[in-house]
Amino acid sequence: MRFLLVEDNPDLARSVQTRLSLDGHGVDWAASLADAEDHLATASYDLILLDIMLPDGDGRDFLAGHRRAKRDTPVIVMTARSAVSDRVALLDTGADDYITKPFDFAELEARVRAVLRRRMGAAQPLRSYADLTFDPLAATITIAGEARELRNRELRLFEILLAGPDRIFSKGQLCDRLFSAAEAVSDNAIEVYVGRLRKKLEGSRARIETIRGVGYRLTSP
Amino acid sequence: MRKLILALGLILSAAGAMAFDIEEERLFASGQETSIVSILSTTDIDIFEPLVVSFQSVNPGITVQYTVASTTEVYRAVSGRERAFDLVISSAMDLQMKLANDGFAREHRSIETEGLPNWARWRDQLFAFAQEPVVLILSRPAFEGLRLPQTRADLIDLLRANPERFEGRIGTYDPNRSGAGYLFATQDARQSDTFWRLTEVMGGLSPRLYDGSGAMIADVQAGRLALAYNVLGSYAAAQLAGDPNAALIELEDFTNVLLRTALIPREAARPELGAAFLDFLLSDEGQTLIDEKAGLPRIDAATLASAGHRRPIRLDPGLLVFVDPLKRQRFLSEWTAAVVRR
Amino acid sequence: MIRTPFTAPGSIRQRLILQLLVLVAVLSWVLYLSVRTVAGAAVETTQDAILGSATIAIAEELRGGVDGVAIDIPYTAFSMLGATGEDRVFYRILVDGATVTGYEDLPLADQPLGGLSPLFYTREYQSDTVRIAAVERSVIVGSRPVRVEVIVAQTRSAQDAIVAQMANRAATLGLGFFAIAALLSLLTARSVLQPVNNLAEAVGRRGPQDLRPVERPVPSELAPLMAALNQFIARLSGALIRTETFITEAAHHIRTPLATLRAQAEIALRQSQDEAARAAIRGMIRSVDDSARSVGQLLDHAAVVYRTDQRTDEEIDLAALTRDMVAVFGPAAELREIGFELHLPDVPVTMTADRLLLESAIRNLLDNAVKYSALEGLISVSLEVESDQARLGVCDRGRGLSGAKSAALTGRFRRGENVADVIGSGLGLTIVREVAAAHGGDFRLTEREGGGACANLSLPLA
Repeated sequence: MRFLLVEDNPDLARSVQTRLSLDGHGVDWAASLADAEDHLATASYDLILLDIMLPDGDGRDFLAGHRRAKRDTPVIVMTARSAVSDRVALLDTGADDYITKPFDFAELEARVRAVLRRRMGAAQPLRSYADLTFDPLAATITIAGEARELRNRELRLFEILLAGPDRIFSKGQLCDRLFSAAEAVSDNAIEVYVGRLRKKLEGSRARIETIRGVGYRLTSP
Repeated sequence: MRKLILALGLILSAAGAMAFDIEEERLFASGQETSIVSILSTTDIDIFEPLVVSFQSVNPGITVQYTVASTTEVYRAVSGRERAFDLVISSAMDLQMKLANDGFAREHRSIETEGLPNWARWRDQLFAFAQEPVVLILSRPAFEGLRLPQTRADLIDLLRANPERFEGRIGTYDPNRSGAGYLFATQDARQSDTFWRLTEVMGGLSPRLYDGSGAMIADVQAGRLALAYNVLGSYAAAQLAGDPNAALIELEDFTNVLLRTALIPREAARPELGAAFLDFLLSDEGQTLIDEKAGLPRIDAATLASAGHRRPIRLDPGLLVFVDPLKRQRFLSEWTAAVVRR
Repeated sequence: MIRTPFTAPGSIRQRLILQLLVLVAVLSWVLYLSVRTVAGAAVETTQDAILGSATIAIAEELRGGVDGVAIDIPYTAFSMLGATGEDRVFYRILVDGATVTGYEDLPLADQPLGGLSPLFYTREYQSDTVRIAAVERSVIVGSRPVRVEVIVAQTRSAQDAIVAQMANRAATLGLGFFAIAALLSLLTARSVLQPVNNLAEAVGRRGPQDLRPVERPVPSELAPLMAALNQFIARLSGALIRTETFITEAAHHIRTPLATLRAQAEIALRQSQDEAARAAIRGMIRSVDDSARSVGQLLDHAAVVYRTDQRTDEEIDLAALTRDMVAVFGPAAELREIGFELHLPDVPVTMTADRLLLESAIRNLLDNAVKYSALEGLISVSLEVESDQARLGVCDRGRGLSGAKSAALTGRFRRGENVADVIGSGLGLTIVREVAAAHGGDFRLTEREGGGACANLSLPLA
């Protein structure tokens, strides 16, 4: 995915950029609202991560202008303010969601997916892999006409694996994306979810391979 | 004429403790005999009897001791503290006034005293209970062919015009002997200068001098006197009633009205009983009795107001002037000089 | 909002009226005394003049001669003394110092006489107070001048009576003056205080957010008060703005570095393969989260307190609000495989309340439930209406309360002792309790049947 990060604090901006790129996302950084406008004029983004307090203005004004210009790029606002007074104004001015700094990247990713899902709605394309069809909105895998419901973490694990078929994801990588970084889960906790997902994939040609000592990959013969 | 007096005089207040003479005394005993009220009066017992009897019927159990004395004796009895009386009644207004002024009277206030007109009481100590005009009486036969005098000026003219007719037939009080006569004369002198002219004229006609009204009235009736000047109107009216030969005249220039007064002495043994008798005298019942039974005219402001010539002798300190021994001596010398021809 | 009447120490109106009344009373009393004194003096002067005339009249009638002094007291001398009242009269005439007539114990003057201009003095005589006039003159007796003194005394009852009557009138006058002045004082006090009342009313009518300066015409005496009031309003409004700004700035300045730190920690976590290092980094991340949450709740709490003083009530659908808030927590809950079970009425549950305060309370309830729920747990959110109360219940399958008292848990910075490994500052429930109290509601924690805890927030609908 391609993000536009609008954030005036360069340390935070670099960290977020680096962190998101670790998950395979492209991030362009704008340090001001004017900068952001320039980026938006020349490139298209899947999502904008918007800070509120910027040197050349208030993020909420940018949001209002963004909506007035009928640009439909979803926006998630990163707020450092007290949640009490901001929320209504933010949602009223057209933010799709907001996240309070400091944030958990797993949660950010979850929110991004939720926003995108909500945005695309019924237009969300079904994705096929091998002999199965995946419906991210309904969170189902259909194998030979039989729909199987995925639970939340199974869904996200499947999405991650499906984003790079045949690519090997280490246990740590998966853990970091599935669990909050703050949670004291051992890398082995991933095995439970891999086990569950394998069960859901039974009867399909698609399967999850264990690369001993390295990690997992989605593959099909 | 003026008499010169050395700086030596009688001091009235130092009149001394001499016994006083009483003329008559009567005890009106009551059935139960609980207390005695002692009254000293200048008025005859007979005149006051109906009042005393009536008082006793209203206040049973009170014995009334009624003592009669002359005006000067009454004054001496009270001022000299001769005997304690509970009520003192006198026709001598000047002496009564002197007693009150000098602090021998006691204050008394009641519904009855409040009902009196202002001129009939002084300091709530001295109270008038009867008003008597001082009048001229005459024998009609003696005035045959003459117009009856209506004023003192008339009288002077008549006497001057007819000296032969009135020579030796004029009667009046001798102020040297009579307290009432002195009061009438001084009040006349106060009111008008015609008094001294009249006195001079009368003096030229060999007047007969009296010390009481009764004798003068009788002599007029008998024809011995052609006229009597300054007679107590109540006595005259009573005695002359129905007599066609006598006339009673209130002179129109002015007619003095004598007030009979009562006071409760400071030394009274039973002042409350004296006050009770006084209130009875002033009550409507008492006043009616005085008017009808005693023949003394009741206190009546209305009749005074309707007859402008009647002038009540005022209860004021002016009365004290003629009580002053020097003044008295002086007045009497002048009077005597005018009346008694050498 | 309960308005406390400013009664202590005393009211200006009462003080003003009291002071005016005291002033009026003093003035009335002074008026009474002056009228009395002036009248008394006037009456005494008049009486003295009469007494003096009487004395002179007697003295003028004295005549010298060859062998003595002729004394002829004029009747009018005493009569005029009787004209004004019923006073006792005493007199004494002395020739060469010897009493010749009258009352020989009547007191003499203790200073030299001034000829025919009377000397007046007051003495006790015959148990009465008497006013005495004394004159002297000389007459020629046998070609020798002889000194004659005339003393006339009069009791003072007439004078006293007239003075008493004057005093009565003066008293009536004084009382009348007092009554009128007292009435005027009341009216004055009222009209003087009218602008103050008007100003108070104008300020009192304002809404809680109205911090505009007071601008209305007032008497010049009230101008300093109004200027002070406006300065105060300006300072208050400045302080409120600064408070708001401070909260915002503080949040920004604390959270942005924390966000950087957390992001870098996550990067480090991702890049580290060493299990021990990863555990250490996770610990660091938890600490960051802990700090962020503490800061968040502290600032939240400050904002709630500030907001409680500056409430803006509006019509709120509690059911819709709860639904929205649950949606906000969706992604965070999903991350932990926690689901929500909603039991909300289909119809709106409207009440008049401050939206931000309620949101804050509900967010903290949900935050608490998500934080303490076990992985893959189910949080039940229910809203019920019972007569005039709305009851919002948030129940989790967490560790429960371990027997701790509800009040103890909702105290500031308190946390249940069994949650040492879960991030939370303990302020969350305090916020909920304060919001409940601000709306006249109630908040309590109970053990949930079958494990876990229930947070119950009751709010009056009326």
